[in-house]
Amino acid sequence: MTDIREVSVDELRHLVSERAFSGETMLLNMGPQHPSTHGVLRLLLELDGEILVNCIPDIGFLHTGVEKTMESKTYQKAEVLTDRLDYMNPPGNNLVYCLAVEKLLDLDVPPRAQAIRVILAELTRISSHLLSLGTSALDLAAMSLFLYCMREREMILDIMELVSGQRMMTTYIRPGGVWRDVPAEFASLVNQFVSIMPRRIDEYEGMLTHNDLFLDRTRGIGVINTADCLRYGVTGPILRATGVAHDLRKVRPYSGYEQYDFVIPTQTEGDVYSRYLVRVEEMRQSVRIIDQALRLMPGGAVRSNNRKYVPPPRSELGVSMEALIHHFKLWTEGFDAPEGYVYTAIESPRGELGVYLEGDGGPKPYRVHFRTPSFAHLQIMPLVTRGHFVADTVGIIGSIDIVLGDADR
Amino acid sequence: MAISAEYQPVIAAFQERFNAEVREFRGEVTLILSSEHNVEAAQALRDEFGFEMLIDITAVDYWLKSPERIHLNYQFYSISQNRLLRLRFPLQGNAPRVRTVETIYPGANWYEREVFDMFGITFEGHSDLRRIVLPYEWEGHPLRKDYPLGYEEVQFTFNADEIRVRKPHPRE
Repeated sequence: MTDIREVSVDELRHLVSERAFSGETMLLNMGPQHPSTHGVLRLLLELDGEILVNCIPDIGFLHTGVEKTMESKTYQKAEVLTDRLDYMNPPGNNLVYCLAVEKLLDLDVPPRAQAIRVILAELTRISSHLLSLGTSALDLAAMSLFLYCMREREMILDIMELVSGQRMMTTYIRPGGVWRDVPAEFASLVNQFVSIMPRRIDEYEGMLTHNDLFLDRTRGIGVINTADCLRYGVTGPILRATGVAHDLRKVRPYSGYEQYDFVIPTQTEGDVYSRYLVRVEEMRQSVRIIDQALRLMPGGAVRSNNRKYVPPPRSELGVSMEALIHHFKLWTEGFDAPEGYVYTAIESPRGELGVYLEGDGGPKPYRVHFRTPSFAHLQIMPLVTRGHFVADTVGIIGSIDIVLGDADR
Repeated sequence: MAISAEYQPVIAAFQERFNAEVREFRGEVTLILSSEHNVEAAQALRDEFGFEMLIDITAVDYWLKSPERIHLNYQFYSISQNRLLRLRFPLQGNAPRVRTVETIYPGANWYEREVFDMFGITFEGHSDLRRIVLPYEWEGHPLRKDYPLGYEEVQFTFNADEIRVRKPHPRE
């Protein structure tokens, strides 16, 4: 066991102000076990009284070496690890990884599978926004909303369990399609959710949008402008709250998003309140997309017919020798992917989630790298917290909507 | 797939100025440059060609595969033109050094810290080059290909005692 080394303030000399050395300002640790840091995030705060002079985020407590581990697994097996990155958005992580593999292999995906992917990705977007909304309201002392949000999130998790057998770590989306077709009850459950949800979103808005206590804690807090967003690579709801209508589902459509009619909500203030409004409106748009995708969902296969990369359906194994051989080969040694590198990105609930995937001609990825939104967004913490109260930091973390599994990987 | 015509101005400029090599795979454009030009190339992309965002920095280790062992990989994105471009810089040796692009894209700060942490590339002029996800006292750079995945070392009769000393748990 290595001895734990104490880090003296001298090593952080370049990060804190001169006043920290004369004792005029105070250095205070917030986290890593602080409930409002939404995970294991440590913030080193430099305080002048109760005002933040500086905020130094320290991440890595949830680092699991996913990228290294994936290099030792075949392409199919490595996918299981992607669920664990952004644990509020497992189908999204599966989707971006599968899109990268499909791009590398030049693999087709049947339209029915694409529609199922869109429905699941949008359901998770709602579930992620619900959790973000609930916990950030909880941090700002609005207790009841958290319980309502959890109630609706439970419906989404039930749908996830129905299609994949798992509530959270689904691994349902696979390279070339999805694992299997959705069960017969799927459509009615999703329809039920779609009909209930708009009214429920109105309820949440009724509790917060015009609530004076909430407005006091969120308006003019944690402001960031468009130029800073671009300089720091900030995407997603934070960028949209500054007035830029940028959404990868519109600008670089994937999985057939171009067929659906939805708008990108924007706000102009760039503060905590604007981000809240953007997220609420995004939930409404996601409900619209789910509704359309369910109505337009075509029939047919849910997996690509390319047997060199995609395992055959279970029903064929008993009757076809080739199917059995393919099944055996694909699940033991995997498939060989061509040499080359690709980058794919999707719009996750938090922003641009990208995968850099490189193949070397063998059955295992040579290098996988995840460009995660939380990692990029945590960088702006010093910028947006400066000059605010410690209590407001809590609201700002909630509004940036970080997931530490996503940041640390 | 041919390279889309909208990339031609940037490709032509980079070939002339930095002697860049062009690669295309699945419609993605990669420019391979010598690492001494990285700051000038980033500056040109931001100021002349409208790539406002540096989306990602990462690296790939080609241990025993290429004399230029580590390739540094920058992913640029232009929101206004909806265009992606990748720059790649092959680096010589086991302890490569390159200049930081933090002055041009401040968001590069954490990405360069991560690459330093995981690959051991030193970024000259970086304002805060500390390890970012691993503990400060960690030894080695895990995403290099010569770094073991972390299985337990196998004890043979000739080195059993030596390995036992290093083992974290079964020590009496």
